[in-house]
Amino acid sequence: MNAQGEKVIEVENLVVEYPARDGKGAPVRAVDGLNLSVQRGEVFGFLGPNGAGKTTTMQVLLGFLPPTSGSARLFGTDVHQPIARQRLGYLPEMTYYYKFLTAEELLLFYADLFQLPREVAVRRMDELLKLVELDHVRRRLIRTYSKGMQQRVGLAQALINDPDLLILDEPTSGLDPLGRMKVRDIIQRLKNAGKTVLFSSHELGEVELVCDRVAILHKGRLRAVGAVKDLLGQYQMNLEQVFLHLVGYAEKEEAACG
Amino acid sequence: MRVIWAMARVVILELIRRKDFYVLFTLAAVLTLLAGSVNIFNDRQIARYVVEINYLLVMISSLVIAVTTTARQIPNEFEQRTLLSLLAKPVSKGQVLAGKYLGAWVACGLCLVVFYVFMMLLTYTKQHGLGVPLLFQAAWLHWVMLGVVIGLALAGSLVFAAPSSNATICLVVVVGWLGVGRYLDKLAFGTAEPLQSVLLALYYLLPHLEFFDLRELLIHHWPPVKWGAVAIATLYGWFYMALLYALSCWLFQRKRMH
Repeated sequence: MNAQGEKVIEVENLVVEYPARDGKGAPVRAVDGLNLSVQRGEVFGFLGPNGAGKTTTMQVLLGFLPPTSGSARLFGTDVHQPIARQRLGYLPEMTYYYKFLTAEELLLFYADLFQLPREVAVRRMDELLKLVELDHVRRRLIRTYSKGMQQRVGLAQALINDPDLLILDEPTSGLDPLGRMKVRDIIQRLKNAGKTVLFSSHELGEVELVCDRVAILHKGRLRAVGAVKDLLGQYQMNLEQVFLHLVGYAEKEEAACG
Repeated sequence: MRVIWAMARVVILELIRRKDFYVLFTLAAVLTLLAGSVNIFNDRQIARYVVEINYLLVMISSLVIAVTTTARQIPNEFEQRTLLSLLAKPVSKGQVLAGKYLGAWVACGLCLVVFYVFMMLLTYTKQHGLGVPLLFQAAWLHWVMLGVVIGLALAGSLVFAAPSSNATICLVVVVGWLGVGRYLDKLAFGTAEPLQSVLLALYYLLPHLEFFDLRELLIHHWPPVKWGAVAIATLYGWFYMALLYALSCWLFQRKRMH
């Protein structure tokens, strides 16, 4: 398989169940038989209403959550093995980092976790701090940063290892229009460099601009997957309308089945 | 090892940058220095008493630093949501725990170096003697003992959600064990079954922290312990540290990440 066709993410028959909240009753199925693959070089959008199973799927991919059944692999390696994350960068929705560290210390710490050579780590740190425009505050403690600055530190740490796969959970959440444009710009640059990006977002307009393919989840099940332009062509609607149509249709179907 | 040491450095940095650590440390240092300046009738008995109180102060301060530093490590990672960013890197949960353990242990070691330097000065001024080999043995075994206490606090932090509860329970157990644990076998023979078996089991299974406490020898200027005995006590301490680390790993594997 050539590099372009390489499957970076493979999810097969993934099922994730949580025990019922009160300990009684049937477990809650957060992901229900998901099958998904993401090819190298794609920008892949992961869409769905709240509670659709997007975050749960991401947590399985990141190795935080063991699946109830099924499998997930990154670069052909099972997600439970730490080495699966060697080429991965992750930006969580809420950016929380050690507030007693400076941006410099944080990036060098994460570089150590990837076991990057020191000179490479320092060079990457310098480049990224300039990219996210935090070079002038690199020696200030993160606790003194604004929310936007903390988000930019988050983006920098996600890129410290020059990842081949970037998983972004709501990357533009809480950002102003300028910030969102910068994130889109970075995603486009990563795509041009042959990187793969998987991101979840509620900003469907942005997804439509940036993504090659999207998957739409609803109540743990995959409702649609395909190239953005194919979905738009098939339904003759914009992405938001396609999303609402599929989610609404699924709910009517479930109501009819009782 | 680089990954583990990177995490340990973060623990040490956090301790250095925390204000409450400085308060406790400065208090202990000031009290020790004040005691060193007291000279009542040039009485050797009183001088010995002052030295004894200061060694007790060092013991208590070191236990509090060890337990409070460790008790908050993992709960803070959960509470501040820094754990997900950490585990999204190619590190295993075992490495995270090893880093926390090593960091807390080294941080306590640094505190002990300062405390024992103070005690060395105090002993020299008060008792006009300086048993360096015994002082080194006392400091070394004290450090090994703190390693066992840190292991207990680390395992406790994976059971008790609140660091304060964990810290309180650990301190009560450790202080109680130091005071009473060595007499459990005698206590056991005065009781009936099945309590006798329970007490004897506790006596033989739990670590004997009094093995690491050489304060009496320091205070009364006894000769140093045989180095072979120090080596055996060290191995004994390391055995319990390994056991508590393994227990912590087992507990962490079962802990839900969200």
